Amino acid sequence: MKFAYYPGCSADGSGIEYGMSMERTGKILGFELQELEDWNCCGATSGHNTDKLLSLALPARNLAIAEKTGLKSMIAPCAACYSRHRNAEHTVQHDPEMKKKIEQVLDMELQGNTETLSILDVLVNKIGTDAIAAKVKSPFTTMKAASYYGCLLVRPVEHTGFDDPEDPQTMDQVMKALGADAVEWSHKTECCGAAMVTARPDVGMRMLYSVLKEAKESGAECLVTACPLCMLNLDMRQAAVEKQFGEKFNLPIYYVTELLAIACGDAPKTVGIEKHFVEANKYLETVKIRAAEAKIAAEKAAEEAAAKAKAKAEAAKAAKEKAAKEKADKSGDAAAPDKVPPSSATAAAPDTKKIDAFVTALTKNPDKMAAKLVADAVHAGVLTSILDEKKIAKLAALMAKDMELAKKAAGAFVQQELKRQGECQD
Amino acid sequence: MSPANASQKELLARLEKEAGTSINLCYQCGKCTAGCPAAFAMDYPPRQVVRLLQLGFIEEALQAKSIWICASCETCSSRCPRGVDIASLMDTMRREALKRGKTDKKVAAFNKAFLSNVKNFGRTYEAGLLLQYNLTTGQLFKDMALGLPMMQRGKVGVLPEKIKARDEMKKIFERAEKLGGEQ
Repeated sequence: MKFAYYPGCSADGSGIEYGMSMERTGKILGFELQELEDWNCCGATSGHNTDKLLSLALPARNLAIAEKTGLKSMIAPCAACYSRHRNAEHTVQHDPEMKKKIEQVLDMELQGNTETLSILDVLVNKIGTDAIAAKVKSPFTTMKAASYYGCLLVRPVEHTGFDDPEDPQTMDQVMKALGADAVEWSHKTECCGAAMVTARPDVGMRMLYSVLKEAKESGAECLVTACPLCMLNLDMRQAAVEKQFGEKFNLPIYYVTELLAIACGDAPKTVGIEKHFVEANKYLETVKIRAAEAKIAAEKAAEEAAAKAKAKAEAAKAAKEKAAKEKADKSGDAAAPDKVPPSSATAAAPDTKKIDAFVTALTKNPDKMAAKLVADAVHAGVLTSILDEKKIAKLAALMAKDMELAKKAAGAFVQQELKRQGECQD
Repeated sequence: MSPANASQKELLARLEKEAGTSINLCYQCGKCTAGCPAAFAMDYPPRQVVRLLQLGFIEEALQAKSIWICASCETCSSRCPRGVDIASLMDTMRREALKRGKTDKKVAAFNKAFLSNVKNFGRTYEAGLLLQYNLTTGQLFKDMALGLPMMQRGKVGVLPEKIKARDEMKKIFERAEKLGGEQ
């Protein structure tokens, strides 16, 4: 992936870290930045405050240079540069009369086919947060960051349009991909005061104060920006705001590209963190320690959870085995005659009663009962003649259990008697 | 205050054309003022500036301090339920006031210093810009406390960055001034 690159004037001055980290971001994520040849200042607010045509012609000259490179997409990291170039693009594409005037001023022709992109648009919509997350080596776990978009990255919507003007999400998405917590807060797109802080500090300082205060109150521990003017105000003038309003904020400010490069393995110095006015290295160290602690705590918690789960599983297994054993013991009890449980006693009772009944029947009506057991009348008579108490008890028990067995036993008794009689006859 | 005469109506039409918006769309809901981060410092908040124009008090609107307090953050324009581009209107009014020499001197001095950088070098030289701004506004020591730390951090170049096409830049400024006057 290759983009035309418009660094803007601050990339070599007050926003030097933005320029440094922007180039690192390109190298880390694998996109090439081709700096525009002999680019000029976009004119910024002073341009459009002074002369409309000039304010369009200045960025339009850069667009004409970009057109010549054949690269249709141009990255302008600075929010003000981005806004001015988007505005010029919009005018060139939609206002033929003004386009003609701009071409006259520039003495150049414009195709109107360029597309100026903000770094947030590139990161989220061209590279993608998954690809960014895949490059992260040391995630900012436990970092509490307020994403600060400011004015010109999201407004006016008809010129920008890549994110919501009231509750934008792209920077929050990038911060989440870097492992940080993106704090919800009210002043994402409130104005920092911009050039007013220089020209009218009576107005600008109060605007700046409300942004810092809201960030602090929402629980943020740092602010993230994608605009060098926001950085200049929030970082360089934070001490003055603290002094004027008698309130300590101590909020480090980072460019989103700085944090991306550091999370992906760069040393903070590589992207110029030590150049900040509000000490910004210490917080990164704090986050590093907290992230390491959080990692250990998470691992410990995972271990404990695993041990707990194992113990639970073992307990469940033991309980199951115990239950199975108890069940087995119970059935064993039932089998043991001396430990007959009440239910078994009632179950066994009919057998005894049956046996008693057969004993009585065999004793009182031996003929009748013998006829039931032995089909042959002669043999039945033989059985009747040999029935004694012992035989009656045996036959009664068998009859209560199985009538066929009783018949066989009765037959055996008869054969035994016949045999004995035969032997005697012999 | 006096209501608009024919020439002022003409002026208003010109301002609306340049701003690319129509003040008659405004139904005075006040959403612009509610969201304006600088309204606290204004004599006429955005809704009232539009009202002045609607009622024909154009000179009064052009003299309002508000137009120089506006930070061009575009919140009003993006929230207007009627699609009035108030920020563009403010911009247009600043330029009109500048033509008449009715400006906030400090803001105008800053803009002038900024653009002279661009005209001469093709780029903004921040250190030179601040120095020039301080000199012209008589605030010699403003932000002096920040100068040295900026240099120590390598955030201020010793010399201005200059582009090759400096002659071209001067011509662009000249042609813009000439053609811009014809609007």
